[in-house]
Amino acid sequence: MKHVTRKATRHVNQNEALIFEKSSPGKAAWRLPPLDVPDVDTSKLLGSAERKDLGQMPEVSEIEIIRHFTRLSTWNYAIDLGMYPLGSCTMKYNPRVNEVVSRLEGLANGHPYQPERVSQGALRIMKVLSECLLEITGMDAITLQPAAGAHGELTGLLMVRAYQQSKGNPRKKILIPDSAHGTNPATAAMVGYDVEKMQSNARGMVDVAALTAQMNDEVAALMLTNPNTLGVFEQEIHKIAEIMHAKGGLLYMDGANMNALVGKVRPGDFGVDVMHLNLHKTFSTPHGGGGPGSGPVAVKKFLEPFLPKPVVITKPDGTLAFEYNRPQSVGRVRAFYGNFGMFVRALAYTLANGPDGLRQTTEDAVLNANYIRKGLEGIYDLPYSTPTMHEVVFSDKLQARRGVKTMDIAKRLIDYGFHPYTTAFPLIVPGALMIEPTESESKEEMDLFIQAMRSIAEEVEEDPQLVLDAPHSTRVSRLDEVAAARKPVLRWKPAN
Amino acid sequence: MKNRQSSIVNRKFPMRYLPKSPSDREAILKAIGARSINDLFASIPAEYRLERDLKVPRQMAESEIVDWFRERSRENGDGYATFLGAGAYYHYRPVIIDSLISRGEFLTAYTPYQAEISQGTLQSIFEFQTMICELTGMEVANASMYDGSTAAAEAVMMAVRLTGRRSAVVANSLHPEYREVLATYAHHQSLPLTTTSFTDSGRVNLKELEKLVTQETACVLIQSPNFFGTIEDVAAIAEIAHKQGAMLVVSIAEAISLGIVEPPRQADIIAMEAQSFGVPLGFGGPYCGVIATREQYVRQMPGRLVGQTSDKNGKRGFVLTLATREQHIRREKATSNICTNQALVALMVNIFMTIYGKIGLRELAKQNLAKTNYAAQQFGKHAKVLFPSAPRFNEFVVQTSEDPYAINSRILGHKIVGGLPLKKFYPELGNAALWCCTELTTRTSIDTAVGLVAESERLVKSAKQEADVQEVAR
Repeated sequence: MKHVTRKATRHVNQNEALIFEKSSPGKAAWRLPPLDVPDVDTSKLLGSAERKDLGQMPEVSEIEIIRHFTRLSTWNYAIDLGMYPLGSCTMKYNPRVNEVVSRLEGLANGHPYQPERVSQGALRIMKVLSECLLEITGMDAITLQPAAGAHGELTGLLMVRAYQQSKGNPRKKILIPDSAHGTNPATAAMVGYDVEKMQSNARGMVDVAALTAQMNDEVAALMLTNPNTLGVFEQEIHKIAEIMHAKGGLLYMDGANMNALVGKVRPGDFGVDVMHLNLHKTFSTPHGGGGPGSGPVAVKKFLEPFLPKPVVITKPDGTLAFEYNRPQSVGRVRAFYGNFGMFVRALAYTLANGPDGLRQTTEDAVLNANYIRKGLEGIYDLPYSTPTMHEVVFSDKLQARRGVKTMDIAKRLIDYGFHPYTTAFPLIVPGALMIEPTESESKEEMDLFIQAMRSIAEEVEEDPQLVLDAPHSTRVSRLDEVAAARKPVLRWKPAN
Repeated sequence: MKNRQSSIVNRKFPMRYLPKSPSDREAILKAIGARSINDLFASIPAEYRLERDLKVPRQMAESEIVDWFRERSRENGDGYATFLGAGAYYHYRPVIIDSLISRGEFLTAYTPYQAEISQGTLQSIFEFQTMICELTGMEVANASMYDGSTAAAEAVMMAVRLTGRRSAVVANSLHPEYREVLATYAHHQSLPLTTTSFTDSGRVNLKELEKLVTQETACVLIQSPNFFGTIEDVAAIAEIAHKQGAMLVVSIAEAISLGIVEPPRQADIIAMEAQSFGVPLGFGGPYCGVIATREQYVRQMPGRLVGQTSDKNGKRGFVLTLATREQHIRREKATSNICTNQALVALMVNIFMTIYGKIGLRELAKQNLAKTNYAAQQFGKHAKVLFPSAPRFNEFVVQTSEDPYAINSRILGHKIVGGLPLKKFYPELGNAALWCCTELTTRTSIDTAVGLVAESERLVKSAKQEADVQEVAR
């Protein structure tokens, strides 16, 4: 390492086999209470439907399970260990009070079909969270049912389609900027729409003239991420909305980057008709290694009849209830009511912040991204000089001259004790380094990050091979992904 | 704001999650060359900037937050025993599940794209995939889907891609909400769905199914144990589907059944809900859907997959693989739009499966069977238990003379939530309710509920006799 980093050092790390390799007959980690009803003859009850053997399922003791998963856990990087600057992922602090309240007995053990009179607590949580999210987004109505961002997109586009259908024609196409997340086009296809790509202009924003030319009565909606994946606010957003609305199209906002806006500006005020939020990004519910998420969809009044059912309503006596009689609803997108546990966490986060905390959070997130930009500008190529909101996108152009690509720099960053940024996205920036520090980073942590990135840039000049071979300090070196895909081994099998 | 900092009395309370002092912020602004924070928001057109506080509740102390949610918890059936199942099951959750998933390295990690520092998550998913394969009898399983309902819908879409056919036959005994979700997904893909009924045994009507499945059918979708708890004749259904070149998709909502019920090995795709494996009821979510299938179909499978490989030194390691199926690579041509899945919930499931393992899962399932058998027998003494001729797992349907909502409201007085009234979903079954027993259902609560049902039947009968007597007298 060119410059000794203060952030990380080597540490003994336990090896651990697969759980199946530790299994042996006669070990157990469970114990059932004695039956208080007569035992049964399973073969008599089930006949040929009875299962006789559970194959290779493991047999291990409790201490082995604790050690197994604890050891595995130490092989992961996590927000709790340090800066995790994945662009567009909003890896912010996950408050622990959220975890505690979501495990309170009545909430954790509430059955989705228990009578409404003993479900008022859960319904109240859904109601209050909905009200907060509507105020934050400036929208009129909301569903909490979608299980993740992409699921929210699906729900939103289903509503777009139902609305357009109600006007006589579902239309054919969805416009999607070339800077969009992959989920946008994948979602449009699932809802039966053709995707029409829109080129960004030289400033990384929607080209308003091109949009005017592309917009016609075949277009159902424009899916726009704002701020976009370059971390740039679409300054002509009001014009974009006008162009869409003038020709009967809707403006869908992908709220993945809402962490740049909360308390400072509201999508509902700048012309958005329908949008989703990612509670696992903006509202601090933990990413958990890839989920669970939650993707509420907020809409303007005219789309309310199309919301998935059921919706939460207040009855004349003041109690809350689910309303199923929604003839224009797009239907259900998930069994029950959504990822309720995430609603609890997102509301706890909102209450912990209040209006002042939410605004300060947004300001700090934007402040941090700009600090990173300032610290690395000139060292790394900045393809768009447009003002940065919550994330900044560099390219590997300067380092590529030495044969070092964004992924190599990312891998080297691991040696410095950081999680890499997002690599090779957005697609409009070849060799992108997409960095989103979030509000959760202190100045000290960011200074270490900037120092690490600068140090890597020097290494690229002096010893590019060092970077190309990185990471050097992890328990495994770069893994052979080509072999993994060519001959997939997707499960363990006993050696014969 | 700057001059206020000198006075402790006037200082704003700092927000506790934010690691910056006012002087840090000043220093950063200075470094950036901005005069104020609002300079950084200058790209937002002035007319849209929010110049007021959001109208959300004021900032609360941690103790206040805990109190507020405790109050909500008390309003939410805290301390009630339950006979509800129907796709969400109350099973015991060994304590080490939460000890382990609460480790920040699992809880606060992202999707394991950077394999070198995500081996913990990756290896655990690989183990998860393996155990799901073992339990379902399938060859490959994905890393999770949102839940059982969306897994079933996505499995049908997968069968459509694999067969090139565009219609599906769905069992009416599939969870009604799963059917609703599938209808939503299918509607805009112009995918016609037909529904097949169930017989007096509570199983799929095979004769009707045979007529409905044609050369145009992409798949038959059933649930086993089905919504009524009845175990389907999967082999017979598979034969009907396969004869016409259609696939068989089997939904499993009660994962514990896999401990003692033969898995639907004849299926081509299994779409399951693994909530029963250590995931709290949580008022309906987050849960853990999974899709499992045959190796030959893996390239049309939605969702993430972890594969084994090795590093430069030949050391075993794990990576996300076959990503060319996924939206971040294939965009509109992807097998699904799914990105974020249910990883941490899948970890709960994984730990649960590891704890119970080969023997425990069977014993656990057996206790479910015993409790259910006892309860069904007791209910059967006073009311009609439907579908007696086919084997069942841990749910059964009880038909009463009185409206089950009325009976349930008396049962609720004993802090017990009775079975799910089926009128909303199956009006043709009359005064029927779906009851579920798990290892956590006590004999005492079964006897209490049975007693109240018996009393209801007696009252209805004597009221009827009285009416008859009056009729005769008239």
